[in-house]
Amino acid sequence: MIIDVLAGVMMAVGCLLAVVAAIGLQRFPDVFARMHAATKPATLGLALVLLGAALVVPDPGSRAKLVLVVVFQLLTAPVGSHLVGRAAYHAGTELSEQTVVDELADVELDQARGPSSQPR
Amino acid sequence: MILLTSVLLGLLVLSAALCLLRILRARSLPDRIVALDTMLVVVVCGIAVGAVRSGSGVFLDVMVVAALLGFTGTTLVARFVERRGAR
Repeated sequence: MIIDVLAGVMMAVGCLLAVVAAIGLQRFPDVFARMHAATKPATLGLALVLLGAALVVPDPGSRAKLVLVVVFQLLTAPVGSHLVGRAAYHAGTELSEQTVVDELADVELDQARGPSSQPR
Repeated sequence: MILLTSVLLGLLVLSAALCLLRILRARSLPDRIVALDTMLVVVVCGIAVGAVRSGSGVFLDVMVVAALLGFTGTTLVARFVERRGAR
């Protein structure tokens, strides 16, 4: 009974995070701000939903799959976000007018020869 | 549990629809990657909630494959954008 309530609350919070991220995707001004919104459910929301589901699914095999996906997502989501952000910046995506600081601005000038010629 | 999972599936459908709207209205390719990535996360969540709802884990294999392919796809398209530019 307590397990059921706990699982329900975890899944509900995770799904609400997904909704918040989708609203953020609509309202934020540029790619980088949208990535800030979109990476919340990618780690925390997914982990909450899947671990909540793992508490209530009946057989151990399903539980193992759910935990496996959580571990995998915790490993890959930061890598994927880093790659997308880096690619977006290198490709010259325009920043929104509300951007306060662009610390890569002068690094980009040095690197104009090739996208990945210089380790960072 | 059936009622709760129905409501949660409704929320997930709403957020997937908002992501789809962003994909359709996006101006650049990185925009679409971010929205598509979020949509994939929503789909994976939906499969897990559906497994709780139906009580059977047959679709969980699909969930594992979707999570793996999502990372691969994101990486590939990010490399592509880095070479070709965000159009």
